[in-house]
Amino acid sequence: MRRLSQHAILWVVGIFVVGPLIYGVISGFKSTAQLSGNMFGLPSPWVTSNYTAVLGSAGFWRQIFSSTLIAVATTIIAVGVSALAAFVFARFAFRGREVVFTLFTIGLMFPFAVAILPLFVLLRSFDLLDNPLGVILPQAAFALPLTIIVLRGFFRTIPAELEEAAIIDGCSAFGFFWRVLLPMARPALGTVSVLAIVTSWNNYLLPLLVFNEPKWWTIPLGVQQFQGQYAADTARILAYVVAAMVPALAFYSVAERQLIGGLTAGATKG
Amino acid sequence: MTLAATRPVDVAAASAPTPSRGRRNLRTWATIVSFLLPALVLFGSLVLIPIGVALYLSMFKWGGFGPPTDFVGLDNFTRMFQDSVFLGDLWRGFLLILFSVGIQLPFALAMAVLLNQKLRGRAIYRLLFFAPYVLSEAITGVLFSMLLQPGAGPADHLLGSVGLQSLGGKWFADGSTVLVTIFLVITWKYFGFHMMLYLAGLQGIPTEVLEAASIDGAGAWQRFRHVTLPLLGPTIRISVFLSVIGAIQLFDLVWVITRGGPTHASETMAVTMFQFGFKRFEVGYASAISVAILGISLVFALIYQRFVMRRDLEGAVTNMRARR
Repeated sequence: MRRLSQHAILWVVGIFVVGPLIYGVISGFKSTAQLSGNMFGLPSPWVTSNYTAVLGSAGFWRQIFSSTLIAVATTIIAVGVSALAAFVFARFAFRGREVVFTLFTIGLMFPFAVAILPLFVLLRSFDLLDNPLGVILPQAAFALPLTIIVLRGFFRTIPAELEEAAIIDGCSAFGFFWRVLLPMARPALGTVSVLAIVTSWNNYLLPLLVFNEPKWWTIPLGVQQFQGQYAADTARILAYVVAAMVPALAFYSVAERQLIGGLTAGATKG
Repeated sequence: MTLAATRPVDVAAASAPTPSRGRRNLRTWATIVSFLLPALVLFGSLVLIPIGVALYLSMFKWGGFGPPTDFVGLDNFTRMFQDSVFLGDLWRGFLLILFSVGIQLPFALAMAVLLNQKLRGRAIYRLLFFAPYVLSEAITGVLFSMLLQPGAGPADHLLGSVGLQSLGGKWFADGSTVLVTIFLVITWKYFGFHMMLYLAGLQGIPTEVLEAASIDGAGAWQRFRHVTLPLLGPTIRISVFLSVIGAIQLFDLVWVITRGGPTHASETMAVTMFQFGFKRFEVGYASAISVAILGISLVFALIYQRFVMRRDLEGAVTNMRARR
Protein backbone atom coordinates (compact mmCIF):
# COMPACT_ATOMS: atom_id res chain seq x y z
CA MET A 1 0.00 0.00 0.00
CA ARG A 2 2.78 2.41 0.93
CA ARG A 3 4.73 1.36 -2.14
CA LEU A 4 1.66 2.05 -4.23
CA SER A 5 1.19 5.59 -2.96
CA GLN A 6 4.88 6.30 -3.45
CA HIS A 7 4.63 5.18 -7.04
CA ALA A 8 1.52 7.30 -7.45
CA ILE A 9 3.42 10.40 -6.29
CA LEU A 10 6.30 9.66 -8.63
CA TRP A 11 3.90 9.18 -11.51
CA VAL A 12 2.17 12.48 -10.90
CA VAL A 13 5.47 14.35 -10.66
CA GLY A 14 6.75 12.45 -13.68
CA ILE A 15 3.74 13.54 -15.71
CA PHE A 16 4.29 17.16 -14.74
CA VAL A 17 7.92 16.93 -15.82
CA VAL A 18 7.46 14.98 -19.03
CA GLY A 19 3.99 16.20 -19.98
CA PRO A 20 5.15 19.49 -21.51
CA LEU A 21 7.83 17.71 -23.51
CA ILE A 22 5.52 15.00 -24.83
CA TYR A 23 2.86 17.57 -25.61
CA GLY A 24 5.43 19.48 -27.66
CA VAL A 25 6.60 16.40 -29.54
CA ILE A 26 3.07 15.25 -30.44
CA SER A 27 1.76 18.71 -31.26
CA GLY A 28 4.62 19.12 -33.69
CA PHE A 29 2.97 16.35 -35.73
CA LYS A 30 -0.28 18.30 -36.05
CA SER A 31 -1.24 21.23 -38.18
CA THR A 32 -2.07 24.33 -36.22
CA ALA A 33 -5.72 24.03 -37.22
CA GLN A 34 -5.73 20.44 -36.00
CA LEU A 35 -4.05 21.52 -32.79
CA SER A 36 -6.71 24.05 -31.87
CA GLY A 37 -9.50 21.59 -32.65
CA ASN A 38 -7.92 18.57 -31.01
CA MET A 39 -5.48 19.70 -28.39
CA PHE A 40 -4.68 16.46 -26.61
CA GLY A 41 -5.56 13.59 -28.92
CA LEU A 42 -3.12 11.89 -31.22
CA PRO A 43 -2.65 13.63 -34.55
CA SER A 44 -4.95 12.45 -37.31
CA PRO A 45 -3.48 12.43 -39.79
CA TRP A 46 0.12 12.69 -38.62
CA VAL A 47 1.58 15.78 -40.22
CA THR A 48 5.31 15.57 -40.71
CA SER A 49 5.70 18.84 -42.57
CA ASN A 50 6.50 20.87 -39.43
CA TYR A 51 9.47 18.72 -38.55
CA THR A 52 10.65 18.24 -42.11
CA ALA A 53 10.45 22.01 -42.59
CA VAL A 54 12.67 22.56 -39.54
CA LEU A 55 15.11 19.86 -40.50
CA GLY A 56 15.16 21.10 -44.06
CA SER A 57 15.81 24.72 -43.17
CA ALA A 58 19.30 26.08 -43.53
CA GLY A 59 18.73 28.37 -40.55
CA PHE A 60 18.24 25.55 -38.09
CA TRP A 61 21.43 23.75 -39.13
CA ARG A 62 23.36 27.00 -39.16
CA GLN A 63 22.29 27.53 -35.55
CA ILE A 64 23.30 23.98 -34.62
CA PHE A 65 26.66 24.53 -36.27
CA SER A 66 27.13 27.89 -34.60
CA SER A 67 26.17 26.57 -31.14
CA THR A 68 28.46 23.57 -31.59
CA LEU A 69 31.43 25.58 -32.80
CA ILE A 70 31.07 28.08 -29.98
CA ALA A 71 30.60 25.40 -27.32
CA VAL A 72 33.59 23.36 -28.47
CA ALA A 73 35.90 26.35 -28.81
CA THR A 74 34.81 27.75 -25.44
CA THR A 75 35.44 24.39 -23.79
CA ILE A 76 38.87 23.86 -25.32
CA ILE A 77 40.04 27.30 -24.26
CA ALA A 78 38.45 27.21 -20.81
CA VAL A 79 39.65 23.73 -19.91
CA GLY A 80 43.14 24.20 -21.37
CA VAL A 81 43.77 27.48 -19.61
CA SER A 82 42.20 26.23 -16.37
CA ALA A 83 44.26 23.04 -16.35
CA LEU A 84 47.50 25.03 -16.47
CA ALA A 85 46.36 27.32 -13.67
CA ALA A 86 44.91 24.50 -11.55
CA PHE A 87 48.22 22.66 -11.85
CA VAL A 88 50.05 25.61 -10.32
CA PHE A 89 47.40 26.09 -7.62
CA ALA A 90 47.44 22.40 -6.73
CA ARG A 91 51.12 21.54 -6.73
CA PHE A 92 53.23 24.65 -6.17
CA ALA A 93 53.66 26.41 -2.87
CA PHE A 94 54.31 30.11 -3.41
CA ARG A 95 53.65 33.42 -1.81
CA GLY A 96 50.28 34.89 -2.77
CA ARG A 97 48.86 31.64 -4.05
CA GLU A 98 45.75 31.73 -1.88
CA VAL A 99 45.09 35.38 -2.70
CA VAL A 100 45.14 34.73 -6.44
CA PHE A 101 43.12 31.56 -6.03
CA THR A 102 40.53 33.40 -3.95
CA LEU A 103 40.24 35.95 -6.73
CA PHE A 104 39.16 33.19 -9.09
CA THR A 105 36.80 31.63 -6.56
CA ILE A 106 35.04 34.94 -6.02
CA GLY A 107 34.52 34.88 -9.77
CA LEU A 108 31.97 32.14 -9.15
CA MET A 109 29.67 34.91 -7.96
CA PHE A 110 29.92 37.03 -11.09
CA PRO A 111 26.98 36.65 -13.43
CA PHE A 112 27.22 37.88 -17.00
CA ALA A 113 24.66 40.52 -16.15
CA VAL A 114 27.14 42.39 -13.96
CA ALA A 115 29.89 42.75 -16.55
CA ILE A 116 27.78 42.77 -19.66
CA LEU A 117 27.68 46.53 -20.31
CA PRO A 118 31.43 47.19 -20.25
CA LEU A 119 32.01 43.81 -21.90
CA PHE A 120 29.76 44.91 -24.73
CA VAL A 121 31.62 48.20 -25.08
CA LEU A 122 34.93 46.34 -25.01
CA LEU A 123 33.84 43.85 -27.67
CA ARG A 124 32.51 46.67 -29.80
CA SER A 125 35.80 48.56 -29.67
CA PHE A 126 37.74 45.40 -30.57
CA ASP A 127 35.33 44.80 -33.45
CA LEU A 128 34.24 41.46 -32.00
CA LEU A 129 30.51 42.00 -32.44
CA ASP A 130 28.96 39.57 -34.93
CA ASN A 131 32.09 37.50 -34.46
CA PRO A 132 32.02 34.12 -32.67
CA LEU A 133 35.15 35.08 -30.74
CA GLY A 134 33.08 37.78 -29.07
CA VAL A 135 31.08 35.02 -27.40
CA ILE A 136 33.77 32.36 -27.08
CA LEU A 137 36.37 34.39 -25.18
CA PRO A 138 34.07 35.90 -22.51
CA GLN A 139 32.36 32.55 -22.01
CA ALA A 140 35.73 30.86 -21.52
CA ALA A 141 36.73 33.57 -19.07
CA PHE A 142 33.55 33.17 -17.04
CA ALA A 143 33.98 29.38 -17.05
CA LEU A 144 37.42 29.60 -15.43
CA PRO A 145 36.43 29.75 -11.73
CA LEU A 146 34.43 26.53 -11.58
CA THR A 147 36.82 24.69 -13.91
CA ILE A 148 39.90 25.69 -11.93
CA ILE A 149 38.30 24.76 -8.61
CA VAL A 150 37.23 21.30 -9.74
CA LEU A 151 40.53 20.55 -11.50
CA ARG A 152 42.63 21.77 -8.59
CA GLY A 153 40.69 19.46 -6.30
CA PHE A 154 41.41 16.56 -8.60
CA PHE A 155 45.08 17.39 -9.19
CA ARG A 156 45.61 17.41 -5.46
CA THR A 157 44.52 13.81 -5.15
CA ILE A 158 47.32 12.58 -7.42
CA PRO A 159 50.07 11.27 -5.13
CA ALA A 160 53.25 13.27 -4.74
CA GLU A 161 55.32 10.07 -5.15
CA LEU A 162 54.25 9.96 -8.77
CA GLU A 163 55.56 13.43 -9.27
CA GLU A 164 58.86 12.62 -7.59
CA ALA A 165 59.24 9.55 -9.78
CA ALA A 166 58.59 11.57 -12.90
CA ILE A 167 61.09 14.21 -11.83
CA ILE A 168 63.75 11.60 -11.11
CA ASP A 169 63.12 10.19 -14.57
CA GLY A 170 63.98 13.62 -15.92
CA CYS A 171 60.56 15.15 -16.49
CA SER A 172 60.25 18.92 -16.50
CA ALA A 173 57.31 20.57 -14.78
CA PHE A 174 55.50 20.86 -18.08
CA GLY A 175 56.47 17.31 -19.02
CA PHE A 176 54.92 16.00 -15.83
CA PHE A 177 51.81 18.10 -16.41
CA TRP A 178 51.43 17.02 -20.02
CA ARG A 179 52.47 13.38 -19.92
CA VAL A 180 51.40 12.26 -16.46
CA LEU A 181 48.89 14.61 -14.88
CA LEU A 182 46.57 15.28 -17.81
CA PRO A 183 46.20 11.63 -18.86
CA MET A 184 45.49 10.70 -15.24
CA ALA A 185 42.98 13.51 -14.90
CA ARG A 186 40.90 12.37 -17.86
CA PRO A 187 37.72 11.76 -15.80
CA ALA A 188 37.94 15.22 -14.23
CA LEU A 189 38.69 16.83 -17.58
CA GLY A 190 35.65 15.06 -19.01
CA THR A 191 33.47 16.36 -16.22
CA VAL A 192 34.50 20.00 -16.53
CA SER A 193 34.27 19.78 -20.32
CA VAL A 194 30.69 18.55 -20.12
CA LEU A 195 29.82 21.38 -17.74
CA ALA A 196 31.42 23.96 -20.02
CA ILE A 197 29.67 22.61 -23.10
CA VAL A 198 26.25 22.65 -21.45
CA THR A 199 26.75 26.16 -20.08
CA SER A 200 27.88 27.49 -23.43
CA TRP A 201 25.10 25.72 -25.31
CA ASN A 202 22.48 27.29 -23.05
CA ASN A 203 23.92 30.80 -22.93
CA TYR A 204 21.45 33.38 -24.11
CA LEU A 205 22.35 36.88 -22.95
CA LEU A 206 25.80 37.18 -24.50
CA PRO A 207 24.92 35.80 -27.96
CA LEU A 208 21.81 37.98 -27.88
CA LEU A 209 23.97 41.08 -27.59
CA VAL A 210 26.92 40.04 -29.73
CA PHE A 211 25.08 38.58 -32.71
CA ASN A 212 22.95 41.06 -34.55
CA GLU A 213 23.01 39.21 -37.85
CA PRO A 214 21.33 35.80 -38.08
CA LYS A 215 24.55 34.35 -39.49
CA TRP A 216 25.93 33.39 -36.09
CA TRP A 217 22.73 32.93 -34.12
CA THR A 218 22.85 30.08 -31.63
CA ILE A 219 19.99 27.69 -30.88
CA PRO A 220 18.43 29.66 -27.97
CA LEU A 221 18.39 32.82 -30.08
CA GLY A 222 17.01 30.93 -33.06
CA VAL A 223 14.15 29.43 -31.09
CA GLN A 224 13.12 32.74 -29.66
CA GLN A 225 13.33 34.47 -33.01
CA PHE A 226 11.29 31.70 -34.63
CA GLN A 227 8.58 32.15 -32.05
CA GLY A 228 8.37 35.83 -32.89
CA GLN A 229 8.29 35.17 -36.62
CA TYR A 230 5.57 32.49 -36.65
CA ALA A 231 3.60 33.73 -33.66
CA ALA A 232 0.28 32.34 -34.90
CA ASP A 233 1.60 28.98 -36.05
CA THR A 234 1.71 27.14 -32.73
CA ALA A 235 2.35 23.64 -34.04
CA ARG A 236 5.25 24.85 -36.12
CA ILE A 237 6.88 26.66 -33.20
CA LEU A 238 6.54 23.58 -31.02
CA ALA A 239 8.22 21.48 -33.71
CA TYR A 240 11.09 23.95 -33.75
CA VAL A 241 11.36 23.92 -29.96
CA VAL A 242 11.40 20.12 -29.90
CA ALA A 243 14.03 19.92 -32.62
CA ALA A 244 16.11 22.46 -30.73
CA MET A 245 15.89 20.39 -27.54
CA VAL A 246 17.10 17.19 -29.13
CA PRO A 247 20.85 17.94 -29.16
CA ALA A 248 20.87 18.92 -25.47
CA LEU A 249 18.83 15.88 -24.42
CA ALA A 250 20.92 13.56 -26.59
CA PHE A 251 24.10 14.96 -25.09
CA TYR A 252 22.61 14.55 -21.63
CA SER A 253 21.79 10.90 -22.23
CA VAL A 254 25.40 10.26 -23.26
CA ALA A 255 27.18 12.44 -20.71
CA GLU A 256 24.71 12.16 -17.82
CA ARG A 257 27.15 10.59 -15.37
CA GLN A 258 29.85 13.18 -16.03
CA LEU A 259 27.39 16.04 -15.79
CA ILE A 260 25.80 14.99 -12.53
CA GLY A 261 29.15 14.03 -11.04
CA GLY A 262 30.53 17.41 -12.02
CA LEU A 263 27.62 19.39 -10.63
CA THR A 264 27.59 17.62 -7.30
CA ALA A 265 31.38 17.86 -7.04
CA GLY A 266 31.36 21.47 -8.19
CA ALA A 267 28.61 22.37 -5.77
CA THR A 268 29.78 20.56 -2.68
CA LYS A 269 33.51 21.01 -3.07
CA GLY A 270 33.09 24.50 -4.54
CA MET B 1 39.89 15.01 -0.54
CA THR B 2 42.81 13.86 1.55
CA LEU B 3 44.71 17.06 1.95
CA ALA B 4 47.41 15.76 4.22
CA ALA B 5 48.58 13.08 1.82
CA THR B 6 48.85 15.41 -1.12
CA ARG B 7 50.59 18.46 0.13
CA PRO B 8 51.68 20.50 -2.87
CA VAL B 9 55.23 19.85 -3.93
CA ASP B 10 57.52 22.34 -5.52
CA VAL B 11 58.18 20.64 -8.83
CA ALA B 12 60.81 22.89 -10.32
CA ALA B 13 62.74 23.08 -7.09
CA ALA B 14 62.93 19.31 -6.90
CA SER B 15 64.00 19.03 -10.50
CA ALA B 16 67.02 21.31 -10.12
CA PRO B 17 69.11 19.86 -7.34
CA THR B 18 72.42 21.68 -7.94
CA PRO B 19 72.12 25.37 -8.92
CA SER B 20 72.11 28.20 -6.44
CA ARG B 21 69.00 29.08 -4.52
CA GLY B 22 68.45 32.27 -6.47
CA ARG B 23 68.45 30.62 -9.85
CA ARG B 24 66.22 27.87 -8.59
CA ASN B 25 63.74 30.37 -7.31
CA LEU B 26 63.79 32.23 -10.57
CA ARG B 27 63.03 29.09 -12.52
CA THR B 28 60.20 28.17 -10.19
CA TRP B 29 58.69 31.59 -10.51
CA ALA B 30 59.06 31.50 -14.29
CA THR B 31 57.15 28.23 -14.38
CA ILE B 32 54.44 29.51 -12.05
CA VAL B 33 53.96 32.72 -13.96
CA SER B 34 53.91 31.13 -17.40
CA PHE B 35 51.32 28.55 -16.30
CA LEU B 36 49.13 31.14 -14.62
CA LEU B 37 49.43 33.85 -17.23
CA PRO B 38 46.79 32.69 -19.73
CA ALA B 39 44.18 32.33 -16.98
CA LEU B 40 45.07 35.69 -15.46
CA VAL B 41 44.95 37.49 -18.80
CA LEU B 42 41.63 35.95 -19.82
CA PHE B 43 39.99 36.36 -16.43
CA GLY B 44 41.44 39.81 -15.86
CA SER B 45 40.56 41.31 -19.21
CA LEU B 46 37.10 39.80 -19.66
CA VAL B 47 35.80 39.44 -16.11
CA LEU B 48 37.64 41.62 -13.61
CA ILE B 49 38.25 44.69 -15.76
CA PRO B 50 34.67 44.82 -17.10
CA ILE B 51 33.39 44.57 -13.54
CA GLY B 52 35.77 47.32 -12.50
CA VAL B 53 34.59 49.42 -15.43
CA ALA B 54 30.98 48.81 -14.41
CA LEU B 55 31.84 50.20 -10.99
CA TYR B 56 33.42 53.22 -12.64
CA LEU B 57 30.56 53.81 -15.07
CA SER B 58 28.01 53.57 -12.31
CA MET B 59 29.18 57.02 -11.23
CA PHE B 60 28.48 58.66 -14.58
CA LYS B 61 25.50 59.74 -16.55
CA TRP B 62 26.43 58.12 -19.83
CA GLY B 63 24.58 57.09 -22.97
CA GLY B 64 27.09 54.48 -24.12
CA PHE B 65 28.92 56.36 -26.85
CA GLY B 66 32.04 58.49 -26.62
CA PRO B 67 33.94 58.83 -23.37
CA PRO B 68 31.86 59.21 -20.22
CA THR B 69 32.22 62.79 -18.97
CA ASP B 70 29.16 63.51 -16.86
CA PHE B 71 30.36 62.55 -13.41
CA VAL B 72 27.44 62.31 -11.00
CA GLY B 73 29.00 60.52 -8.04
CA LEU B 74 26.51 58.36 -6.24
CA ASP B 75 23.46 59.96 -7.86
CA ASN B 76 22.66 56.82 -9.81
CA PHE B 77 22.50 54.88 -6.57
CA THR B 78 20.25 57.37 -4.82
CA ARG B 79 18.05 57.36 -7.91
CA MET B 80 17.97 53.57 -7.72
CA PHE B 81 16.62 53.56 -4.20
CA GLN B 82 13.86 55.98 -5.16
CA ASP B 83 12.98 54.06 -8.30
CA SER B 84 9.81 52.08 -7.68
CA VAL B 85 10.76 49.58 -10.38
CA PHE B 86 14.07 48.80 -8.73
CA LEU B 87 12.50 48.58 -5.30
CA GLY B 88 9.91 46.30 -6.88
CA ASP B 89 12.78 44.18 -8.25
CA LEU B 90 14.08 43.75 -4.74
CA TRP B 91 10.66 42.74 -3.47
CA ARG B 92 10.09 40.29 -6.34
CA GLY B 93 13.55 38.85 -5.86
CA PHE B 94 12.76 38.37 -2.19
CA LEU B 95 9.50 36.60 -3.07
CA LEU B 96 11.25 34.31 -5.55
CA ILE B 97 13.84 33.42 -2.91
CA LEU B 98 11.07 32.74 -0.42
CA PHE B 99 9.19 30.49 -2.86
CA SER B 100 12.36 28.67 -3.89
CA VAL B 101 13.63 27.99 -0.41
CA GLY B 102 10.22 27.40 1.13
CA ILE B 103 8.54 25.35 -1.57
CA GLN B 104 10.88 24.17 -4.30
CA LEU B 105 13.69 22.86 -2.10
CA PRO B 106 11.48 20.92 0.37
CA PHE B 107 9.75 19.41 -2.63
CA ALA B 108 13.10 18.42 -4.15
CA LEU B 109 14.16 16.95 -0.82
CA ALA B 110 10.98 14.89 -0.56
CA MET B 111 11.56 13.55 -4.05
CA ALA B 112 15.16 12.71 -3.18
CA VAL B 113 14.12 10.81 -0.05
CA LEU B 114 11.54 8.94 -2.10
CA LEU B 115 14.03 8.04 -4.79
CA ASN B 116 16.70 7.04 -2.30
CA GLN B 117 14.65 3.95 -1.50
CA LYS B 118 14.77 0.72 -3.41
CA LEU B 119 11.94 1.41 -5.80
CA ARG B 120 11.32 -0.12 -9.16
CA GLY B 121 12.36 2.25 -11.91
CA ARG B 122 14.04 4.82 -9.67
CA ALA B 123 16.94 5.20 -12.09
CA ILE B 124 14.48 6.26 -14.77
CA TYR B 125 12.76 8.76 -12.49
CA ARG B 126 16.11 10.33 -11.62
CA LEU B 127 17.07 10.59 -15.27
CA LEU B 128 13.68 12.08 -16.10
CA PHE B 129 13.48 14.63 -13.29
CA PHE B 130 16.93 15.94 -14.05
CA ALA B 131 16.42 16.25 -17.80
CA PRO B 132 14.82 19.75 -17.81
CA TYR B 133 17.97 21.09 -16.18
CA VAL B 134 19.97 20.61 -19.39
CA LEU B 135 17.54 22.64 -21.48
CA SER B 136 18.33 26.31 -21.84
CA GLU B 137 16.16 28.82 -20.02
CA ALA B 138 15.42 30.44 -23.36
CA ILE B 139 14.00 27.26 -24.88
CA THR B 140 12.16 26.44 -21.66
CA GLY B 141 10.68 29.91 -21.72
CA VAL B 142 9.41 29.60 -25.28
CA LEU B 143 7.92 26.17 -24.58
CA PHE B 144 6.04 27.36 -21.51
CA SER B 145 4.83 30.55 -23.10
CA MET B 146 3.11 28.28 -25.63
CA LEU B 147 1.75 25.88 -23.02
CA LEU B 148 0.42 28.63 -20.81
CA GLN B 149 -1.25 30.87 -23.34
CA PRO B 150 -4.23 32.32 -21.49
CA GLY B 151 -7.42 30.62 -22.60
CA ALA B 152 -5.90 29.05 -25.69
CA GLY B 153 -3.07 26.97 -24.26
CA PRO B 154 -3.25 23.30 -23.33
CA ALA B 155 -2.83 24.04 -19.62
CA ASP B 156 -6.07 26.02 -19.51
CA HIS B 157 -7.89 23.41 -21.59
CA LEU B 158 -6.73 20.69 -19.23
CA LEU B 159 -7.80 22.61 -16.14
CA GLY B 160 -11.12 23.44 -17.79
CA SER B 161 -11.83 19.83 -18.63
CA VAL B 162 -11.55 18.84 -14.97
CA GLY B 163 -13.51 21.85 -13.77
CA LEU B 164 -10.58 23.81 -12.36
CA GLN B 165 -10.54 26.66 -14.88
CA SER B 166 -10.36 29.13 -12.01
CA LEU B 167 -6.82 27.93 -11.32
CA GLY B 168 -5.57 28.86 -14.75
CA GLY B 169 -6.66 31.65 -16.99
CA LYS B 170 -4.00 34.31 -16.94
CA TRP B 171 -0.60 32.83 -16.20
CA PHE B 172 2.05 35.17 -17.61
CA ALA B 173 -0.51 37.68 -18.85
CA ASP B 174 -1.62 39.16 -15.55
CA GLY B 175 0.35 41.09 -12.98
CA SER B 176 -1.12 39.16 -10.10
CA THR B 177 -0.18 35.71 -11.41
CA VAL B 178 2.92 36.21 -13.54
CA LEU B 179 5.50 35.85 -10.76
CA VAL B 180 3.97 32.67 -9.39
CA THR B 181 3.80 31.24 -12.91
CA ILE B 182 7.46 32.03 -13.47
CA PHE B 183 8.23 30.32 -10.19
CA LEU B 184 6.36 27.23 -11.42
CA VAL B 185 8.53 27.14 -14.54
CA ILE B 186 11.67 27.60 -12.42
CA THR B 187 10.56 24.68 -10.28
CA TRP B 188 9.89 22.53 -13.34
CA LYS B 189 13.38 23.25 -14.62
CA TYR B 190 15.46 23.20 -11.43
CA PHE B 191 13.91 20.91 -8.80
CA GLY B 192 15.63 17.92 -10.42
CA PHE B 193 19.01 19.56 -10.01
CA HIS B 194 18.47 20.09 -6.29
CA MET B 195 17.04 16.59 -5.99
CA MET B 196 20.27 15.22 -7.47
CA LEU B 197 22.33 17.20 -4.95
CA TYR B 198 20.26 15.78 -2.10
CA LEU B 199 20.51 12.27 -3.50
CA ALA B 200 24.28 12.57 -3.58
CA GLY B 201 24.15 13.79 0.03
CA LEU B 202 21.80 11.00 1.11
CA GLN B 203 24.13 8.43 -0.34
CA GLY B 204 26.84 9.76 1.93
CA ILE B 205 24.84 8.93 5.07
CA PRO B 206 26.02 5.61 6.51
CA THR B 207 23.18 3.10 6.82
CA GLU B 208 24.56 2.00 10.21
CA VAL B 209 23.50 5.30 11.74
CA LEU B 210 19.94 4.92 10.51
CA GLU B 211 19.85 1.31 11.61
CA ALA B 212 21.10 2.25 15.04
CA ALA B 213 18.34 4.87 15.33
CA SER B 214 15.86 2.26 14.22
CA ILE B 215 17.01 -0.17 16.89
CA ASP B 216 16.70 2.60 19.44
CA GLY B 217 13.05 2.79 18.48
CA ALA B 218 12.99 5.83 16.20
CA GLY B 219 10.18 5.88 13.67
CA ALA B 220 10.57 6.88 10.05
CA TRP B 221 9.80 10.56 10.70
CA GLN B 222 12.07 10.70 13.75
CA ARG B 223 14.90 9.10 11.78
CA PHE B 224 14.41 11.66 9.05
CA ARG B 225 14.11 14.60 11.44
CA HIS B 226 16.95 13.75 13.82
CA VAL B 227 19.40 11.75 11.69
CA THR B 228 18.96 12.35 7.98
CA LEU B 229 18.24 16.06 8.08
CA PRO B 230 21.21 17.09 10.27
CA LEU B 231 23.59 14.86 8.32
CA LEU B 232 22.29 16.37 5.10
CA GLY B 233 23.01 19.84 6.48
CA PRO B 234 26.00 20.71 4.29
CA THR B 235 24.17 19.69 1.12
CA ILE B 236 21.07 21.64 2.05
CA ARG B 237 23.13 24.74 2.83
CA ILE B 238 24.81 24.54 -0.60
CA SER B 239 21.49 24.00 -2.31
CA VAL B 240 19.92 27.00 -0.56
CA PHE B 241 22.95 29.08 -1.50
CA LEU B 242 22.75 28.19 -5.20
CA SER B 243 19.01 28.72 -5.21
CA VAL B 244 19.22 32.20 -3.69
CA ILE B 245 22.04 33.28 -6.00
CA GLY B 246 20.06 31.96 -8.96
CA ALA B 247 17.02 33.98 -7.93
CA ILE B 248 19.06 37.17 -7.48
CA GLN B 249 20.56 36.83 -10.95
CA LEU B 250 17.50 35.58 -12.85
CA PHE B 251 17.32 36.95 -16.40
CA ASP B 252 16.93 34.60 -19.42
CA LEU B 253 13.64 33.02 -18.46
CA VAL B 254 11.93 36.31 -17.65
CA TRP B 255 13.28 38.12 -20.67
CA VAL B 256 12.19 35.42 -23.10
CA ILE B 257 8.68 35.04 -21.67
CA THR B 258 7.56 38.47 -20.49
CA ARG B 259 10.37 41.02 -20.89
CA GLY B 260 9.53 41.86 -17.29
CA GLY B 261 5.87 42.67 -17.95
CA PRO B 262 3.01 43.12 -17.67
CA THR B 263 3.92 46.56 -16.30
CA HIS B 264 7.05 45.41 -14.43
CA ALA B 265 5.18 42.66 -12.57
CA SER B 266 7.83 40.07 -13.39
CA GLU B 267 10.82 42.36 -13.73
CA THR B 268 14.06 41.32 -12.01
CA MET B 269 17.15 43.41 -11.31
CA ALA B 270 18.92 41.94 -14.33
CA VAL B 271 15.95 42.72 -16.59
CA THR B 272 15.83 46.33 -15.36
CA MET B 273 19.58 46.59 -15.96
CA PHE B 274 19.15 45.27 -19.49
CA GLN B 275 16.26 47.63 -20.21
CA PHE B 276 18.23 50.68 -19.19
CA GLY B 277 21.54 49.56 -20.64
CA PHE B 278 20.51 48.29 -24.05
CA LYS B 279 17.07 49.68 -24.76
CA ARG B 280 17.07 53.13 -23.18
CA PHE B 281 20.80 53.79 -23.38
CA GLU B 282 21.17 54.97 -19.81
CA VAL B 283 24.37 53.03 -19.40
CA GLY B 284 25.47 54.78 -16.23
CA TYR B 285 22.26 54.01 -14.39
CA ALA B 286 22.25 50.45 -15.77
CA SER B 287 25.80 50.01 -14.48
CA ALA B 288 24.68 51.11 -11.06
CA ILE B 289 22.03 48.39 -11.14
CA SER B 290 24.58 45.77 -12.18
CA VAL B 291 26.81 46.92 -9.32
CA ALA B 292 23.82 46.43 -7.04
CA ILE B 293 23.34 42.88 -8.36
CA LEU B 294 26.98 42.13 -7.68
CA GLY B 295 26.89 43.82 -4.30
CA ILE B 296 23.80 41.97 -3.14
CA SER B 297 25.18 38.63 -4.37
CA LEU B 298 28.53 39.19 -2.69
CA VAL B 299 27.12 40.46 0.59
CA PHE B 300 24.75 37.52 0.71
CA ALA B 301 27.58 35.11 -0.14
CA LEU B 302 29.91 36.53 2.48
CA ILE B 303 27.32 36.59 5.25
CA TYR B 304 26.09 33.14 4.32
CA GLN B 305 29.62 31.75 4.27
CA ARG B 306 30.50 33.41 7.52
CA PHE B 307 27.46 32.38 9.51
CA VAL B 308 25.84 29.44 7.80
CA MET B 309 28.38 27.46 5.82
CA ARG B 310 31.25 28.05 8.21
CA ARG B 311 31.04 24.48 9.43
CA ASP B 312 31.22 22.90 6.01
CA LEU B 313 34.91 22.76 5.37
CA GLU B 314 34.82 22.13 1.65
CA GLY B 315 31.98 24.48 0.86
CA ALA B 316 33.99 27.68 0.88
CA VAL B 317 33.64 29.99 -2.06
CA THR B 318 35.43 32.96 -0.63
CA ASN B 319 36.89 31.88 2.66
CA MET B 320 39.78 29.92 1.28
CA ARG B 321 42.49 30.76 3.75
CA ALA B 322 41.58 27.93 6.07
CA ARG B 323 42.38 25.28 3.51
CA ARG B 324 45.99 24.96 2.55
